[in-house]
Amino acid sequence: MAQVLVAMSGGVDSAVAAALLVEQGHEVTGVHLKLADLPLDEQLPGHGCCTLDDAQDARRAAQVLGIPFYVWDMSEVFVREVQTPFADSYAAGLTPNPCVTCNERVKYAALLARARELGFDALATGHHARLRRGAAPVVAPGPGVALHRAVDGAKDQSYVLYVATPEQLAHTLLPVGELTKSQVRALATERGLRVANKPDSYDVCFIPDGDTAGYLSQRLPTAAGPIVDADGVVLGGHDGVWRFTVGQRRGLGLDHHERRFVTDVDAATATVRVGPREQLACRWAELSAVSWTTGTAPEGPVRVQVRAHGRSVPARLVPARSDAVHPGAGAGEVRVVLDEPVHGLALGQAAVLYTPDDAVCLGGGRVVAAERPAGWPLAATAGPSGG
Amino acid sequence: MTTYLDHAATTPPRPQARAALTRWLEAANASATHLAGQAAREVVEEAREQVAGALRCSPHEVVFTSGGTEADNLAVKGVVWAARDGHRGVPHLVTTAVEHPAVLDPARWLAQRGDVRLTVVPPRADGQVEVEAVLDAVGPDTVLVSVMTANNEVGAVNDIPALAEELRSRGIRLHTDAVQAVATLEVDVTSWGVDALSLSAHKFGGPQGVGVAVLRRGLPVVPVAHGGGQDRGVRSGTFAVGLDAACAAALTAAVAERAALRTRLRRWTDRLATALTALDGVTRSGPAVAEQRLASHVHLLLEAVDPAALSLALDRAGVAASSGSACGAGAATASPVLEACGLRGTPLRLSLGWSTTAADVEHAIEVLSATVPRLRSRLGHVPSAGVS
Repeated sequence: MAQVLVAMSGGVDSAVAAALLVEQGHEVTGVHLKLADLPLDEQLPGHGCCTLDDAQDARRAAQVLGIPFYVWDMSEVFVREVQTPFADSYAAGLTPNPCVTCNERVKYAALLARARELGFDALATGHHARLRRGAAPVVAPGPGVALHRAVDGAKDQSYVLYVATPEQLAHTLLPVGELTKSQVRALATERGLRVANKPDSYDVCFIPDGDTAGYLSQRLPTAAGPIVDADGVVLGGHDGVWRFTVGQRRGLGLDHHERRFVTDVDAATATVRVGPREQLACRWAELSAVSWTTGTAPEGPVRVQVRAHGRSVPARLVPARSDAVHPGAGAGEVRVVLDEPVHGLALGQAAVLYTPDDAVCLGGGRVVAAERPAGWPLAATAGPSGG
Repeated sequence: MTTYLDHAATTPPRPQARAALTRWLEAANASATHLAGQAAREVVEEAREQVAGALRCSPHEVVFTSGGTEADNLAVKGVVWAARDGHRGVPHLVTTAVEHPAVLDPARWLAQRGDVRLTVVPPRADGQVEVEAVLDAVGPDTVLVSVMTANNEVGAVNDIPALAEELRSRGIRLHTDAVQAVATLEVDVTSWGVDALSLSAHKFGGPQGVGVAVLRRGLPVVPVAHGGGQDRGVRSGTFAVGLDAACAAALTAAVAERAALRTRLRRWTDRLATALTALDGVTRSGPAVAEQRLASHVHLLLEAVDPAALSLALDRAGVAASSGSACGAGAATASPVLEACGLRGTPLRLSLGWSTTAADVEHAIEVLSATVPRLRSRLGHVPSAGVS
């Protein structure tokens, strides 16, 4: 039996995670985090994960389970470490993943540290991923843990957990990763948890309406620039590079018959380049801020996944080349060479490595440089490393 | 077994209140004209007389409400709106930075709507509001001053009789929120000379969901809730016979026991303060003079203690005390009262009531003497991780 703090978002996964921990005999305390600093009118029903209704749903689940429940205001650290760098990264022409940053800086740093300070043995969340010690599912904290993909492949969230270190994983429990989403909902119904049929949340929690460009337009200054083709011919204009991400096809505002994709974004000159799909092909990426769930960089063949819900492709790690880095994002620490190209790899995204059988998440890093079509300055923008 | 030291948040119902509520839970509509209705109305009017007797005012001046918040809203909005009707220009409202949100929020809302010009008077560092500071804020257009009798967090008592006398000579109305004060302080509406006063029953041993607005004769008040016209139309709504009876029974019992309770709680809060301020990094807030503090409250500031850790540790040790007020979601938030006083640190309010025992006090001292140094050594000099 361990003292476990479970982060309860108000959704069905974390409620069932708490229920399973109670049934396993742990001494469980629930905590709901107030994260995003939303104006009160956006905390109303149906708006992302930081609403008053979500706090209420989490509280009610804790009551039904008979566990103590607290709400912690971590909005200051969240705004500083997640929300602000998110906007700054877009301004620098990068495409950040705020959920990865939140796990790294808030859940596995501030929250886990605080839980440990308060005498908890482990932090549990409702993420869909599995912890295994050898072949056995982890039901108590301790070292020697590997991070596996969830049973429910469609719901797998190991991608956003790659930032966990072996020490952090030793104090982590992920009780629902062994279950499919429908099993989670069935367990919630059996236990009388009213969140059993609550819809899944997909959006970034602090952008409840899903309108990222609208969110950024309220926070970032207008910085007009050209949209050019591969030869530098100006095809149109835009009012901020943060409206664009590599691989994007919609919202270009170009009057053109050909299908055009964003192939690169240069914040320094406010230039967005577009081209046909074949120009998105990318066979290598250079990573900074690498983190390994096993403690060391993997050797030999791996698979790499560059989008939260993308598929992985075979790859291998080679030493980084210092001439190919995003100047503001730090030097690449390692280069991933892909056996087959991926299309639309944006700088700032997380590249996450898995074992060759695609079962175990080994860690990963932020893409600070990637193959681009010839004739384009390789990511010659300045900007922060966060996001 | 929990040691309950959060009586300022809610204090357990007194036996007299339980009996009255049980007796009159089933009652006819007190506005009905039949005999059953008349019997119910008699219960309400007797309750009103008991409350008037306890507060030393006329029964005609007692209006039962749903609690302290409604009583405060009725006094602030009702008096301001009534005064505005005969006023040229925008009337002026004066209140203080240490008021309960049930006063400050309506005041700010009125100001936002343009119904009043608002002045918020800052407190002294010990939480008290000086009479002179309030008098400096009033002017020819001031229609209402609202100053609480005693503060709910630090327990600072204000000199309401002196303020009332000064304002009366200037022809300005005074409302006081006496929610925290009435359990241990003599409240005398007539000799104080206030125009309006608010109470909440669950702070003196009555049930939750009922309160009192005292609105003196001749004070024009516009109703906040319109409806069936009960209570002379000032507060519509079916009379809550059982709640009103229980409120009155609790207040009568509280007033009868008040002097003895005050003496007993003063001894215990001083004992708590002496024992706990002997710990490193623990200071007591509030006025230095005992008579200017509520006998029921000990407000401490703990240096370098994580508030979330404190509330967890106290829950685990079986001590219920307030380590901060909560936002809508339930997270502990920075106290506007402490900010107004310029005080920093992790707050801990221990508040005692009629059912507190000497054993409660000793257990709290034992737990806190062990917990606070442990939390301080664990935290070291690391600032709390963003949890306010």
